[in-house]
Amino acid sequence: MDAQFALTGRDFAISVTDTNVLQSILKIKTNKDKTWQLTPYTMMSVTGEAGDIDPFADYIRGNVKLYSVRNSQDLTPKEVANFIRGELATALRSRGAYRVNVLVSGFDKVTGEPSIYWIDYLAAMTKVPYGAHGYTAMVLYAVLDREYKQDITLEDGMAIVRKCIDAMQKRFLNQMSTFTIKVIDAQGTREIDFSEA
Amino acid sequence: MEYNGAAIVAMKGKNCIAIGADKRLGQRQLTVDTNFKKVFPITERTYIGLSGLATDVKTLHDQFRMRVNLYKHREERVIEPKTFANLVSHVLYERRFGSYLVNPVVAGLDKNDIPFICGMDSIGCIDLADNFIVCGTAEENLYGACEGLWEPDLEPEELFETISQALLNSVDRDAMSGWGAVVHIITPAGVITRDLKSRMD
Repeated sequence: MDAQFALTGRDFAISVTDTNVLQSILKIKTNKDKTWQLTPYTMMSVTGEAGDIDPFADYIRGNVKLYSVRNSQDLTPKEVANFIRGELATALRSRGAYRVNVLVSGFDKVTGEPSIYWIDYLAAMTKVPYGAHGYTAMVLYAVLDREYKQDITLEDGMAIVRKCIDAMQKRFLNQMSTFTIKVIDAQGTREIDFSEA
Repeated sequence: MEYNGAAIVAMKGKNCIAIGADKRLGQRQLTVDTNFKKVFPITERTYIGLSGLATDVKTLHDQFRMRVNLYKHREERVIEPKTFANLVSHVLYERRFGSYLVNPVVAGLDKNDIPFICGMDSIGCIDLADNFIVCGTAEENLYGACEGLWEPDLEPEELFETISQALLNSVDRDAMSGWGAVVHIITPAGVITRDLKSRMD
């Protein structure tokens, strides 16, 4: 069971994922980064079927990078999200459907707007102010629906992230001790150390 | 078909059309988005509403956009609602075995300002109606509400009231649809779009 959520604020997007890799009752890795950087201002977090995540994410990352190289210009978050959705949708009714849930977080330098695109494994996509996937979504939406407001600052955003993490650590069976927290804003993407969160 | 939840209704009025849909996107009982578009403009006077699986809603909308744009380039004119409905039917029947899990509703005014509405099943069987078309998880509720409220030759404002009441009261009783609604009234003068507030649950 993976924790995966993201939220936007005034001029930033925060993406949070846990760092455990589970195989039945064991944690086989406790420091896995479940996020993938696509452009300096767009990233995605990917969870789902173990054997589908890496091939799919690598494919997306490679193609987004190829676009940047070919056109000397990066794809915007909206374009990246639509590309990802298109690939998932095409694969859905083919021999090799990917069972992955994606959250694309990005900052559009032209409009100055942060954005999050929620994409599930069936390739349903929607732009949301905050989103989550998996079992943890059931708890996280409750916290986020209550705490979230429009146009929050980074400190407020991190306070909400802290509340979300506390809720998950309280209610879920597996112990989630560390999280990968990444912030995207006008300066690009940076990781926030979990212990400072 | 019931995985994401939807409620779509279209009604004929006097030289006008109304089409409305709810705004919920869910994953079974969990609500994911409360601003999910299910009704899309195809031309200035033709709209399509798509209920069913959200991924197919998006895929088909993109397909129709492409085909209508190609039509416009080839024919050098805008597509008529009846023609578009047949295009939708064809696209769906292409996938007869392995279909898209959607129920479309097409509504529009043709070049002589005559209203046109039709519904379809997931493999493209066209259902032409004189009064109203409904689809989605709240279909049965909508049938009852529309049958009770609709009458012929309603003016645009009256049609708006009628379709709004039918939609709102139907989705309020359906767990899988709701979280607000959007209604488009298409008249020869233009399109009026209004957001409605329903029970937010």
